[in-house]
Amino acid sequence: MTRYVIGRLGGVVVILLAVCLFTYLIFFKLSPDPAVMICGKTCTPDRIDSIRDVLGLNQPLLTQFWEFLRGIVAGRDYGTVHCSAPCLGYSFQTNESVWNMLTTRLPVSITVAVGAAVLWLLAGVAGGLISAIKQGTWWDRSAMALALTGVSVPNYVLALVLQYVLVVKLQVLPFPAAPAFADNPVLWFESYLMPWTVLAVGYACLYARLTRANVIDTLAENFLRTARAKGLSRPLILRRHALRPALTPITTIFGMDFAGLLGGALITETVFGLNGIGKLAADSIAKNDQPVIMAVTLLAAFFVVVGNVVVDLVYTALDPRVRVTSS
Amino acid sequence: MTDELFVVEDLTVTLPTSRGPVDVVKDVSFTVGRDDTLGIVGESGSGKSMTALAVLGLLPPGARTSGSVRLDGRELLGQSEGELRSVRGNAISMVFQDPLSSLNPYYTVGLQIEEGYRAHRGGSKRAARQVAIEAMERVRIPDAARRVDDYPHQFSGGQRQRIMIAMALCCSPSLLIADEPTTALDVTVQAQILELLAELQTQTGTGLIFITHDLAVISSIARRVLVMCAGDPVEYGTAEQVFSDPRHEYTRTLLDAVPRIDDEVML
Repeated sequence: MTRYVIGRLGGVVVILLAVCLFTYLIFFKLSPDPAVMICGKTCTPDRIDSIRDVLGLNQPLLTQFWEFLRGIVAGRDYGTVHCSAPCLGYSFQTNESVWNMLTTRLPVSITVAVGAAVLWLLAGVAGGLISAIKQGTWWDRSAMALALTGVSVPNYVLALVLQYVLVVKLQVLPFPAAPAFADNPVLWFESYLMPWTVLAVGYACLYARLTRANVIDTLAENFLRTARAKGLSRPLILRRHALRPALTPITTIFGMDFAGLLGGALITETVFGLNGIGKLAADSIAKNDQPVIMAVTLLAAFFVVVGNVVVDLVYTALDPRVRVTSS
Repeated sequence: MTDELFVVEDLTVTLPTSRGPVDVVKDVSFTVGRDDTLGIVGESGSGKSMTALAVLGLLPPGARTSGSVRLDGRELLGQSEGELRSVRGNAISMVFQDPLSSLNPYYTVGLQIEEGYRAHRGGSKRAARQVAIEAMERVRIPDAARRVDDYPHQFSGGQRQRIMIAMALCCSPSLLIADEPTTALDVTVQAQILELLAELQTQTGTGLIFITHDLAVISSIARRVLVMCAGDPVEYGTAEQVFSDPRHEYTRTLLDAVPRIDDEVML
């Protein structure tokens, strides 16, 4: 088992290096000259040269990439400025340390992702479960029709409608201001309620349909017939014999969805003006702020790749058939 | 003549289909005594398994039944779910065809034996675990005390079926219904399972209903035989009668379908 984990972590490093290289090539080599961008309107050829020198843009591509990697691990110097590890460079727009930008915005994205995940898991799994048990009834039909509608409504439409109804018309919620939890827990909760809901709706609908399908499949399994033939009570059969096989595959999908969200909920954060990773990504792309784009991409890749490994490990713990062969 | 433990009279099972209700079992009657074995034979879809499922109220939703099913004089047909639950796995147990899919892959075999025992007898987890180990020893799973914590996929096909039998017998049922218990197994394992069933039956005096499409198996294990065809009971009598002097055309066809070693073979 330990060997398996070490092997998987080694794989993570390789994938992240590959992502690094591709992102580096795409954003630094295929987009406009960073030196010209930084230089701005009052630019002279001399100034461009000195910027190129400071950023190391005159060096061969591989050396530049190596410097970038080394910066992440050991820090690096830009002329007289020292950027301590982990160094992801400085924003072309604000000269702010990219690492600092990430670390200040990450908590917002994590809050958004965790809150939404709790909502969609509760609503989606419970809804799907009830639908499966009441298969074919009006409850099932209306819940599934609702779920189909929910999956089809784009995030930004839902976000704008909710804002208009709840904030502007009914004034039951404040416009999201996202204060720190410790400062004002009530306002904090009220601010995040809409982003959580908007983000959760689509996933909840998807999970409801998935859960329903999985539970119905499991209920038709032979071991469910065995459980009934043993004289077990219906709640025990459902809880023990139907739920675990039905929900185990959902953990895989959940892990991937959640990891994806940690890298930033671009639309939701932008619509609600939350300063998370998603909004940072949107802003940096709009302004062609390459070091930030690079960092945001790497962060998202990091979460997805690590999330993948975590999902596999959790699955190994949940499904004994996988457990025994892998150890 | 053995006394009658289990009596089925005029059992009819009707299933809803897209083309209206269909009688999949029609007026089936038979009896099983203590320490007695009834074989139910027929080809696929002849209603053998439906008969067995109907007895325990395990039919698919929408199925209707009529007639009478009595265990020790107690009517089972039309009983409430709660009543039936107290019978299932307790007074009447069942062993199914495919042991791998009939065991839940997520739980140890120990837990799956224990839960049935505890549902009917209660008691502590520890006591139930001891029952599970003893049940596994009874069906001759080697090293049962250790293997009780293994998962179904860690056993061979024959062992899995032994575990199903251990599970079925842990509450000492008075009737065991084995629905094609050897069909998914290879021939040598098949013989071992049949031997085991016969041995356990002698020890416990359990009545046995053995459902199969395999006439060779039936002739070696059953005292009485019921032949079914398309839901109809076409022949019912002692094994000797049915095999040596089949009255019904369908039984003769079934018997003729058995390959014999002295048959002429076209090459």
